[in-house]
Amino acid sequence: MWGRLQAMVVKELWAILRDPRARIILIVPPIVQLFVFGFATTLEVKNFDVGIYDRDNGAASQEFIQRLAGSPNVGRIVSVHSPAEAREAIDGRAVIAVLTFEQGFSGNVAAHRPAVIGALYDGRRSNAAQIVAGYLDRIVADTGASLAATAHLQPQDGRSALEVSHWFNPNLDYMWFTMPGLLVIISMVSALAVTAQTVSRERELGTFDQLMVSPLRVHEILVGKMIPPLLVGIVNSTLYLIIIPNLFGVPLTGSLPLFYIALILYMCALIGVGMLVSALSMTQQQAFLGSFLVMVPLILLSGYASPVDNMPGWLQVVAEGNPAKHFLIISEGVFLKAMPAVEILANTWPLAAIAAVTLTASSLLFRSRME
Amino acid sequence: MDAPLACARAVTKRFAAAGPPALDAVDIEIAPGRMTGLVGPDGAGKTTLIRLLTGLLVPDRGTVEVGGVPATAQDRSVIGYMPQRFGLYEDLSVIENLSLYADLRGLPPAERPENFRRLLGFTDLERFRTRLAGRLSGGMKQKLGLACALVRTPKLLLLDEPGVGVDPISRRELWKMVRDLAGEGIGVLWSTAYLDEAERCDTVFLLNGGRLLHAGPPAELTQRMDGRVFRVYAGGTGRREVLERALNLSEVSDGTIQGASLRLVTRTQGAAPTVDALQVPAGTRIAPTAPRFEDAFVDILGGGPPGTSTLAQRYRTIPQSGEPAIIASGLTRRFGDFTAASNISFSVGRGQIFGLLGPNGAGKSTTFKMLCGLLTPTSGNGQVAGFDLRSGRAECRQSLGYMAQKFSLYGDLSVRQNLNFYAGIYGLAGGVQREAIGRVVDIFHLQSYLDTNSGTMPLGFKQRLALACAVMHQPPVLFLDEPTSGVDPIVRREFWTHINGLVERGVTVLVTTHFMDEAEYCDRIGLIYRAEQIAAGTPDELKQAAAAQAGLKDPTLEDAFIALIEESDRKREAA
Repeated sequence: MWGRLQAMVVKELWAILRDPRARIILIVPPIVQLFVFGFATTLEVKNFDVGIYDRDNGAASQEFIQRLAGSPNVGRIVSVHSPAEAREAIDGRAVIAVLTFEQGFSGNVAAHRPAVIGALYDGRRSNAAQIVAGYLDRIVADTGASLAATAHLQPQDGRSALEVSHWFNPNLDYMWFTMPGLLVIISMVSALAVTAQTVSRERELGTFDQLMVSPLRVHEILVGKMIPPLLVGIVNSTLYLIIIPNLFGVPLTGSLPLFYIALILYMCALIGVGMLVSALSMTQQQAFLGSFLVMVPLILLSGYASPVDNMPGWLQVVAEGNPAKHFLIISEGVFLKAMPAVEILANTWPLAAIAAVTLTASSLLFRSRME
Repeated sequence: MDAPLACARAVTKRFAAAGPPALDAVDIEIAPGRMTGLVGPDGAGKTTLIRLLTGLLVPDRGTVEVGGVPATAQDRSVIGYMPQRFGLYEDLSVIENLSLYADLRGLPPAERPENFRRLLGFTDLERFRTRLAGRLSGGMKQKLGLACALVRTPKLLLLDEPGVGVDPISRRELWKMVRDLAGEGIGVLWSTAYLDEAERCDTVFLLNGGRLLHAGPPAELTQRMDGRVFRVYAGGTGRREVLERALNLSEVSDGTIQGASLRLVTRTQGAAPTVDALQVPAGTRIAPTAPRFEDAFVDILGGGPPGTSTLAQRYRTIPQSGEPAIIASGLTRRFGDFTAASNISFSVGRGQIFGLLGPNGAGKSTTFKMLCGLLTPTSGNGQVAGFDLRSGRAECRQSLGYMAQKFSLYGDLSVRQNLNFYAGIYGLAGGVQREAIGRVVDIFHLQSYLDTNSGTMPLGFKQRLALACAVMHQPPVLFLDEPTSGVDPIVRREFWTHINGLVERGVTVLVTTHFMDEAEYCDRIGLIYRAEQIAAGTPDELKQAAAAQAGLKDPTLEDAFIALIEESDRKREAA
């Protein structure tokens, strides 16, 4: 039995490593997506122009504007003199953002009251605007810190000195949010794609009959087919665990062993789904379409695109059955929040339950569709 | 003779800069009103040549002309082309497929009803007008493909292996249809790997490995073999051993089994092999017989392989047992309310070859699949190597070797990886595994290919590798599903030399085939038609039965096949 299983696993690994199409699925999407989400979004935000609507004209606002002008990323500072002018500047793409200092801003700073800077962004250039917002945020925080040193400005929860209102696209996410989510999505895409085509490819090649007349038992075939996508998922995720903190500066704060346990269960749940698709498809084309069919709802209901809490109640119940939803919480938690073990485990057991269901269902279907 | 309708002159085509060309300085002419055969095994360059004639490919050197202009410049409506897997839309009905091709080929609407009626009548598909193309049998699909290629009567009809995967009856019908077309003045190019089809063409171009070996009427080639072909009436039991001895004789260049007798080709004219040389009982009849195109082809290629199988020499002897090695008792399989196989019973003794024959969709594959464990019988049962099909599934699988019709090993894996995998799943480990792999590598000369992707090997080597993978664990029973379709006659002979040798060692073989040549090697044949076994017996018994029923004189196995099926149809209509 171990000999057969070993032969099966080795064969499956070779099949993936030597099949050009499978290799592309393994290597290209993770890298492309990393570039699209990582570098492409940051490229266009050097030398951006900022409009200033200074109704305060006090010491604090002047100080802030000078700091802004001194920032290496900011190109030109454009003064505007009315809300209409501000609108015009954004509409005409003269600036990507307009900062408004209300009357009494410097007074508030001097009097140690919360001081607010209004910010308008061009939501048409949403990615750039988000990144600019991030820069401004940091400058405000820096200024707040140094101002606080001289004028004792109390920033509320670190960033409340900036009041943000986005035009056209009220979107708030950024690298710190995208990257842990991306890990969840990309490992899903490759695991599903690899699993979904595994059986149908053999059917097309005509090797499936050859497997079925061999002494291999069904469970040996299934286990053999599960190992490669599992390894692919682990390798991809590990790559991301290295790249994301080191290249994109997203902190990795939680427990790695627990993360890997959750990752393996997440992969198993997805492999079960992929096997279902695979067993139902007669051709590789059907398998590809089938895996897209399941991928889209899995992504939409994961909380990656929009928070699960904002969904209608019944859909939230449905989302509980989505492994990506649980694993996204774990991924974000392990990256950003130093999530405690108890909380990780609370989100891990649903993954185990889902994996048990999908794997059982796929092996039952596999057996019944063998003929 | 009329001016040629199409011709290729000194055409060379290469797909890879390194490696041999797909076509090497080939000349061909297609005359109007004649059947031109393009003959050769898979990989000979047939499809490449046809695609050059359609103008889909451009030659590296040489010229290709159709109707006096270069093929690439010719109006496509002049050419009717039916590729190997014709582009039928399986989810469209017969008539929708025809209409689609009429649209694509710009047939004026006014001509359609008349044209469709003619084509459907001619292909006998009128009854299936609204049936989805995907639901047609293999033979009917080919006929529909032909009808679509003819939707606008072409001057030149190029058919790329229309007979592949089609049973002898449909093949014969298809042939007759195309022959009639040629009679109307269309130039037809019929490409095939079946040499018996080649024999019936007016002119034959014989390709092998991209080179043209012969051009002219087939008889011209066959004549060279006059006086060199002999039939040895060796009798059923020892014929495989006699064949082995005969093929090892230096004066015998080629030989095959024909039912109970042997067909031997000698190197010199008129020198019949002697009783002494063959070590057959005195008085065994050895008589000259008419040569065939295949004899000539093998002769051009330098004769067949020697008679002794190195595989069999190094194979274990399967122990005697009182029981048959394969038993089918009342095997029945239903899919919904459709019965694919009904009450099929036969048994095959140790060291015997049993052939399952029948038209496409008649139930022979279903029967085959039930016996090798790919399908569970709805009722009835069977045994393989003494193990029950239902209760001893795992043991059954361990004791059978399986080789499928199309190359079904892992093409992206190297030869070594394929061998390791198959050795592993059949439970060979450690030293036993290394020894088994070393043995087959040695026997099948796979050494130089060990690290090559198996999918890129020449077809003959793929076929050897498939056999190697199937026999590495030395099973007592072999299941072969059209094992040699498409390979050249030399490789086919080599294959059957191995099988014959294994059978002498006690291995039992179940084979399905459309190739009558292969059927002749069987000890017994079961003919399956409309889910039932309509005849069973030795090849000679079937021929005799057909001769008695249809009044044929010395029928071939194909004649017998067709006669028995037609007889069954008559009985059914009478009932």
